[in-house]
Amino acid sequence: MTDRKMITLTIEGRQVQVPEGTSMLEAARSAGVLIPHYCYHPGLPVAGVCRMCLVEVEKAPKLAPACATAVADGQVIHVHSDKAREARTGVLEMLLINHPLDCPICDQSGECELQDYTYAEGRKSSRYREAKRFNPVEDFGGDVLYVPNRCILCTRCVRFMDDVAHDPVLNVSERGDRAVIGKFEDQDLTHPWAGNVVDLCPVGALLSKDFLNKARSWDLDRAASICPNCSQGCNATLETRDNVVVRIRPRPNDEVNRYFLCDEGRLDYRWLNRRDRIEYPHVRRDHALAPVEWEIAVDAAAVALRGRQAFVLASPGLSNETLFLLARIRDRTGGRGAFRVRQGAEAPLPGVPDLALRADRAANGRGAELLGFSRSETPLEGLRNGDVLIVADEELAGIDPASVATAVARAASIIVVGTTLPAWASGAAVVLPVANMAEEDGTFTNLRGRVQRYLQAKQAPGLVRPAWSALGDLLTALGESALYFLPSDVFAALAAAVPAFAGLDYDRLGLVGVPVAGDGAATAAAGALVGAAP
Amino acid sequence: MGFPHRSHPRETPVLSQHFGDPDARSLAGWRQRGGYRALEQALTMEPAAIVGIVKESGLRGRGGAGFPTGLKWSFMKPGDGKPHYLCCNADESEPGTFKDREIMRWTPHALVEGCAIGAYAIGAETAYVYIRGEFTEPLQRMTDAVREAYAEGILGPNALGSGKRVDVYVHKGAGAYICGEETALMNSLEGRRGNPRIKPPFPAVAGLFGKPTTINNVETLAAVPHIINNGAEWYKAMCQGNPKSTGTKLYSVCGNIARPGNYEVVMGFPFKDFLYDLCGGPPPGRRFKAIIPGGSSVPIQTIAEAEATVMDYEGFVAEGTMLGSGGVICIDDAQCMVKQIARLARFYAHESCAQCTQCREGTAWTTKIMERIEAGQGTREDLDTLLEIADNMTGKTICVLSDSCAVPVVSGIQKFRDEFEAHITQQRCPFRGAAAGGGVATAVAA
Repeated sequence: MTDRKMITLTIEGRQVQVPEGTSMLEAARSAGVLIPHYCYHPGLPVAGVCRMCLVEVEKAPKLAPACATAVADGQVIHVHSDKAREARTGVLEMLLINHPLDCPICDQSGECELQDYTYAEGRKSSRYREAKRFNPVEDFGGDVLYVPNRCILCTRCVRFMDDVAHDPVLNVSERGDRAVIGKFEDQDLTHPWAGNVVDLCPVGALLSKDFLNKARSWDLDRAASICPNCSQGCNATLETRDNVVVRIRPRPNDEVNRYFLCDEGRLDYRWLNRRDRIEYPHVRRDHALAPVEWEIAVDAAAVALRGRQAFVLASPGLSNETLFLLARIRDRTGGRGAFRVRQGAEAPLPGVPDLALRADRAANGRGAELLGFSRSETPLEGLRNGDVLIVADEELAGIDPASVATAVARAASIIVVGTTLPAWASGAAVVLPVANMAEEDGTFTNLRGRVQRYLQAKQAPGLVRPAWSALGDLLTALGESALYFLPSDVFAALAAAVPAFAGLDYDRLGLVGVPVAGDGAATAAAGALVGAAP
Repeated sequence: MGFPHRSHPRETPVLSQHFGDPDARSLAGWRQRGGYRALEQALTMEPAAIVGIVKESGLRGRGGAGFPTGLKWSFMKPGDGKPHYLCCNADESEPGTFKDREIMRWTPHALVEGCAIGAYAIGAETAYVYIRGEFTEPLQRMTDAVREAYAEGILGPNALGSGKRVDVYVHKGAGAYICGEETALMNSLEGRRGNPRIKPPFPAVAGLFGKPTTINNVETLAAVPHIINNGAEWYKAMCQGNPKSTGTKLYSVCGNIARPGNYEVVMGFPFKDFLYDLCGGPPPGRRFKAIIPGGSSVPIQTIAEAEATVMDYEGFVAEGTMLGSGGVICIDDAQCMVKQIARLARFYAHESCAQCTQCREGTAWTTKIMERIEAGQGTREDLDTLLEIADNMTGKTICVLSDSCAVPVVSGIQKFRDEFEAHITQQRCPFRGAAAGGGVATAVAA
């Protein structure tokens, strides 16, 4: 922050101090005053076209667009004066004259800014007696559907594609009230981040095909989460309906993903709803796996480990807490551990620094490294004859099953701590069914070393428990006094034991995360953040 | 010499002196008529001195707003290390206006010279002439003139041997009314969609390509060489009315009038004399009913208001309207005002750039209501709705296109309410099928 001159002004009777050059809208926001708006979005360049944010400035002849007007010293701004409110009512009336008013069949209903502001400040009835304009629904390619009749031409989508995605596929076609959002010929919204236009659209004009007609927004439960699909660690909201994840949307975090989430992150959520889950603890009896009580399964696992070295095949999608307890078991038995990160094409979002769909398609590879697991394309290589193989939610998808079977055969026995039971591990002695990331609280460490919390979004099936809870019991059975009642207890132990995590506090991670100590440039900030907390 | 009619003795032809004279078009012909002497002299002067003379002359923008030209030029800070640009707004699209067209058709070198002097005065090396897409002949004339000027070394890296660089480029628009708005014009020049930009920043701070830019109307720039040649005092003396309005002004006259065409008179000329003496009054057997004196974006005057008007910036304002672009549209008593206003609204609805909500939706909505009233389907509530829509469209958008659409509707309803009401009560257009003259008055009165 350079020391910019501070401006003092009054907005809705509140004194506000903001740096010179701040827009009225942002100044109001800092004072907790919402100035209704459509085309303004903090992640996009200012357009100033919807004219919804007009405010009354004392001693100014005309209303000012708050998004596009910089504040000046001593200004007195009224957002809810008659003049400003009438202007908004006028804009709303204009926006609605050609709008189909089809809220009952619109996906946006309930989370629609046109609906919200109309309820708040719109006219009770329309004076429009002419025929409404009609344009057919258009498939924009990718995951996006365009319903022009609902469009208010705020141009957020156009600006996102131009200025953030740097893939100018969209435009405003035609003029006057014939204008619609157009797509350049032979081009589709196939940019890996194009799906953001659906979130950016303040009304129901741009819809996700994936979410189309799936749920009414008020039927959804929402949980603050982290996108589990790559190592970027984009902050996200998991939305569930009837205990099924139906949508992932970005959650703003200026340090990680600003307001955005890539299409792969958005659309790759079905695995969180898998139905082929192991729902009960099992132990091998008479050559078959039999469902048992948790205590019996945990004891059986402890027995299997006794006197042997553990080889932990960890998933890089497990939480820091789970990986920490796996590391404890690994170290306690003098064993080793490895993980493999599934790879994919990297896809940056050019308009945001250091934001990309990362090649590492797992959320917590960095955490696994910090906790001493070795990264390998062939993670079973280190498995030695006579080791106990702990398969921690890793299916080794894409690796030749024959070679996996050969490697696994070296193990004295197999303990599966997972959501599913891979075919190559069906000879397991013990199976401990655990929650996936949507079913538990926990933390991930992203590729820049930022530790971020995610919250439980849905209930786990059957007798499934969070992995940290099951592993805590197993450690106790192995003779350690490891009493963990909450993931924060595990995190506290982790912070105390692992230098990289030193000084971090689960609660103080908040919902935007904190960089781990000793992680390059992030260190100073982490220290400051922790130090500043009361 | 006037065009297409001969000059009236009461006209003061300065800019229009060579209209209709094909020999004035060529460089040789232009030089014979004293062309490029002003540029030659200007290039020996300090830019600030030129700005001073223009300021002193009282020249004001002829595109519509009437902003003092010298003051506008003085906003361009010399020596700020940035390239400066001059834009010449030749996107003359205001309905009823065709004066710039004639300047470019008959005296293209006058504009090239004006551009060169203007560019030099504001510290620019480059001037762009943005010509309306439909202007095929003016485009050709201007292109030819610029080519001749380059061939003779008048333009280029060493303009008239002065060692100073002056480039002039002619750019053809694609035919959009909105591109006559100065910031939309700049967007269009840059290759973007012709959408007006939010001001501030004003063009003098960040205009074309984000650099300090001055934009002037064709008529304004074409007047500059005359001021350089004859001096500020000469120009300032051409004033019969308010001393803040100086020089001559070209008016394009069209509609129901005996002699349509371009007329050049001194500021402060009586509008009544202008309409009846110079232009010959209404067609035979008709009477004037209304005048739109400054292009379609200014309030409509009743003929009584028009006859009382003194033709300068202040005089038009005093009679409830504006000088605007000088496009005088005459409407006689055989015309239906509702139909005329509906037609104007339709124009604005077609030309709205679609950025601002009030303009995009309001212009189209206004048009639909106006056309419904004209078709005899209107109600009394429609008039209130129209006025409220107009209020919503005024002073709330990025540019003034929206306001311009509201202006004829509001002034029309205020001044010709009886015609609107006749449409509503009779459920038809009283002018449709009615005989001209007395029949109309009867129709409306009923």
